[in-house]
Amino acid sequence: MDETSAFQLILSGDPQLLAIVKLSLAVTLAATLIAGVLGLSLGACLALTQFPGRQGLVIALNALMGLPPVVVGLLVFLALSRSGPLGFLGLLFTPQAMIIAQTILITPIIAALSRQVIEDFWAEYKDEFTAMDVPGAMRVRALLWDARFSLVTILLAGFGRAAAEVGAVMIVGGNIEGFTRVMTTSIALETSKGDLPLAISLGIILIAIMFCVNALAWGVRQWSVRHAG
Amino acid sequence: MQDKRTDKNAAPQPLLRLCNASLRYGVVDVLQDVCLEISAGGPVILMGPNGSGKTSLLKLMMGLAAPSSGDVDCARSQVSFVFQKSVMLRRSVAANVAFALQAAGLPANDKAVRAALDRVGLSHLAQRPARRLSGGEQQRLALARALSRNPAILFLDEPTASLDPAQTKAVEDIVQASAAMGVKIVMSTHDIGQARRLGSEVLFLAHGRLVERAPAASFFNKPESPEAQRFLAGELVISQEALS
Repeated sequence: MDETSAFQLILSGDPQLLAIVKLSLAVTLAATLIAGVLGLSLGACLALTQFPGRQGLVIALNALMGLPPVVVGLLVFLALSRSGPLGFLGLLFTPQAMIIAQTILITPIIAALSRQVIEDFWAEYKDEFTAMDVPGAMRVRALLWDARFSLVTILLAGFGRAAAEVGAVMIVGGNIEGFTRVMTTSIALETSKGDLPLAISLGIILIAIMFCVNALAWGVRQWSVRHAG
Repeated sequence: MQDKRTDKNAAPQPLLRLCNASLRYGVVDVLQDVCLEISAGGPVILMGPNGSGKTSLLKLMMGLAAPSSGDVDCARSQVSFVFQKSVMLRRSVAANVAFALQAAGLPANDKAVRAALDRVGLSHLAQRPARRLSGGEQQRLALARALSRNPAILFLDEPTASLDPAQTKAVEDIVQASAAMGVKIVMSTHDIGQARRLGSEVLFLAHGRLVERAPAASFFNKPESPEAQRFLAGELVISQEALS
């Protein structure tokens, strides 16, 4: 019966449900966008430069891919709390705090994976670019462009990770109804309250979004093979 | 056709000079004390058995490798390189040429791109993804990219090594046409037939040393070095160190 009610909630366009989905997508898309800019820049920088301590940084970045969301949430909470170093910003328990937490969570993933992709491309292109005297900035642009399909897949992986996590946004967002309540935190809360139809409907939507994201990643890959070689 | 030196009385200015150039990877001497000058004129063919240092010498001349000792004097802006297996950028044929033109600081407009593709007979494939071309077409595109820079010297590292005879002929035709237009060709090959067809002069390498330099006709008719004699006779050229 709970499943039937869940589908009815989705089909009826329940305002509470839509608000939660909308906020979830807004927070995760913003975090993916910011983490994309930071992560791709860091990944490209690490892939194309040599400096003392680079290996250590690469290892640290790879390790940070497994950052526990609750730890990220705790650190952001401590930083943004009234007595924390960034407490004056007044961002705790706001969607912005959730964006910060998700950005911290997925930036290492995007940076580490894009570093590997760009490094592999560089190994392939290095002699050709050197022979063509390609200037530095043009090299970076060309590598990012030629690796675009792999990099989009990485961004989608980052989006998936951010959309699915619950611990960090629960801690820094506070799961405030109508303000910072997103799909994952709602599912946790409604399940504990026994309101299974809402929890199930949100679960269905979350899984549907993940399927769409992965289908998009697969489509991008197939298109790239056909059109760009 | 192959020797376009216009003024036979004046000694042509060298385009490239190597003075006691050596290249060492770890403990291995890949090239030892190579001295040579390359001036305008017909195609120079680099020959020698596998592992003799042909590719390393080309990379040294092109500036893709730095000499461990000695000097290499060559203006990088005047040279282009075609690799044995050229890397195609993941974009269209036309975009590949436009990229090479931009990298050289030249206008990358449609007219320039079309002219470069016309030169190698690939205009009809301008919009095709470069990585979907056949091996021979990819090498012709690599030639279009390299020639679009208007180089004084074009280095080619066994550009037809994995091509069938028809594709090989297409590449050779472009190389000969470029030489006829005054581009200095420096090409490595271990295809003796190809060296005979294209070469005006032969540099013969063995064990990392330049052991013979001669006009192509005299090299093939009467090689002077024992290594070249063995190579042309179809024998294996093995160094004493490798045998011991």
